[in-house]
Amino acid sequence: MKYLCLICAETVLEQMTEAAAEKHLEEYVEFTQAIKESGHYLGCNRLLPPSAAITLRVRNGKVTTTDGPFAETKEQLGGYYLIEARDLNEAIQVASRIPGAKHGCVEVRPVAEDEQTLKALGFADASR
Amino acid sequence: MKTNQQQPKSSPLSENAVREAVNALYRSDSRHIFATLIRLLGDFDLAEEALHEAFRIALEQWPRDGVPANPKAWLVSTGRFKAVDGIRRRARLDVLEDADALADPSSEDTEVWDDEGVEDDRLRLIFTCCHPALSPDAQVALTLREVCGLATEEIARAFLTPAATLAQRIVRTKAKIRDAGIPYQVPAYAELPDRLEPVLRVIYLVFNEGYSASSGPLLTRHDLSEEAIRLGKLLVELLPEPEAQGLLALMLLQESRRAARSSPNGELILLDDQDRGLWNREQIAEGTALVERALLSRRFGPYALQAAIAAVHANAIDAAATDWAQIAALYEMLMRTDSSPVIELNHAVAVAMRDGPAAGLDLVDDILGRGDLADYHLAHAARADLCRRLGRTAEARAAYEQALGLTRQEPERRFLERRLRELQG
Repeated sequence: MKYLCLICAETVLEQMTEAAAEKHLEEYVEFTQAIKESGHYLGCNRLLPPSAAITLRVRNGKVTTTDGPFAETKEQLGGYYLIEARDLNEAIQVASRIPGAKHGCVEVRPVAEDEQTLKALGFADASR
Repeated sequence: MKTNQQQPKSSPLSENAVREAVNALYRSDSRHIFATLIRLLGDFDLAEEALHEAFRIALEQWPRDGVPANPKAWLVSTGRFKAVDGIRRRARLDVLEDADALADPSSEDTEVWDDEGVEDDRLRLIFTCCHPALSPDAQVALTLREVCGLATEEIARAFLTPAATLAQRIVRTKAKIRDAGIPYQVPAYAELPDRLEPVLRVIYLVFNEGYSASSGPLLTRHDLSEEAIRLGKLLVELLPEPEAQGLLALMLLQESRRAARSSPNGELILLDDQDRGLWNREQIAEGTALVERALLSRRFGPYALQAAIAAVHANAIDAAATDWAQIAALYEMLMRTDSSPVIELNHAVAVAMRDGPAAGLDLVDDILGRGDLADYHLAHAARADLCRRLGRTAEARAAYEQALGLTRQEPERRFLERRLRELQG
């Protein structure tokens, strides 16, 4: 199964001291390397802070935009890993090693892999 | 599947005798067979259907062919065969792969029921129902439904929830197990402390719901407590961890006082005033032995410590003989492992018994001063009691009234009202 691990924290990289940010990124180098070797890795990205975000809606064909993320919370989405795991327990084991879990929290979400979704998203051959 | 003709069997029995045997088997082993079917079929609903099919066929065939040598193995393989057959038929126009995988020829009937793996199935079921990805409400509902085999209506009644709400909760929970990929698995030893915790919490919650209904006219709902003790025994049998033993001991020791803790007309009777002759000695002995075993392991935690406290009470000949020094010491250990304001309150009461009401009142006032238990009726009731013993009647009365305003439980209300009247008289 595929799981998306959403990393949320109160402090994002941009708000850290240079030394702290460097150390934090080193931990990510190590973790990413480890899950690539173990075969769990499918993809990942770090996101710029929510201050760089814009939220848009289309209503009656008209686009309206507001600044910032769609939900203002203390914890900010800072990045994600897409992983492959046998089941939720394995996903939890992998996600618990994400460095950000020590400072903030990680939401583990199963990826929808029903036929209808796969077809709609152009993964019709099922084996992505 | 092997045909029945090839199986060794006992001589044909009367239909009634077979029916009785099947019913007995259903009562004693159906949840166990169900747990194994979930592993084999990978789905709660398929397994439930297969279980009922298997018992239905047994009722049909056993009177004619005799009871098979290993009835549980027969029921498991019959249930599995029926389920796979059903999947095949439904999938005829579809893909056949899934059904073929289920009917893996390498897993012969004999392997379906080897005792060791099968014991694990019940443990798998418990850990799946109490998976931390499920909400506490969902864990309780699913455990009672799937592990204990209670009907949805029974659970709804016990928890004063509409049956439709509960049924929906169970359906959603099963969907989450499927969608999130919660495996049917006993956790690895390293994860055990973390994963055992919700299991113990669910069992204790069920027990407490039965021991002291959170609202309503009845003080106890016996069936739930019994169910929780049965679950606790199963867990200790399958996984003799010190905290599981501690929890079972705690439940047995609390349950031992059931007959003594309310009067025939439903009035609450405090520990001090209980007729100790009504305490269940067998449960006390069993609970005490379990606590001792748990404490000897030196890996005990909050459940074993609470059980140890209950054991000190249970083994005192009368209230005056209670070893309050030991109880206060056990509460101090408990506060180091698992501190909560309620535990602090109980510690304060024990200190009051050991060193006098003034010492206890200081501690209670500290806790209330922090605002932690401001809405907890027992904190005000404890304060009232200590003030009463110190002769501070006006303060006692005010605290009883505060407690009265906070409790939702009828017997407790009547108890507090009685205490208030005594103060006025």
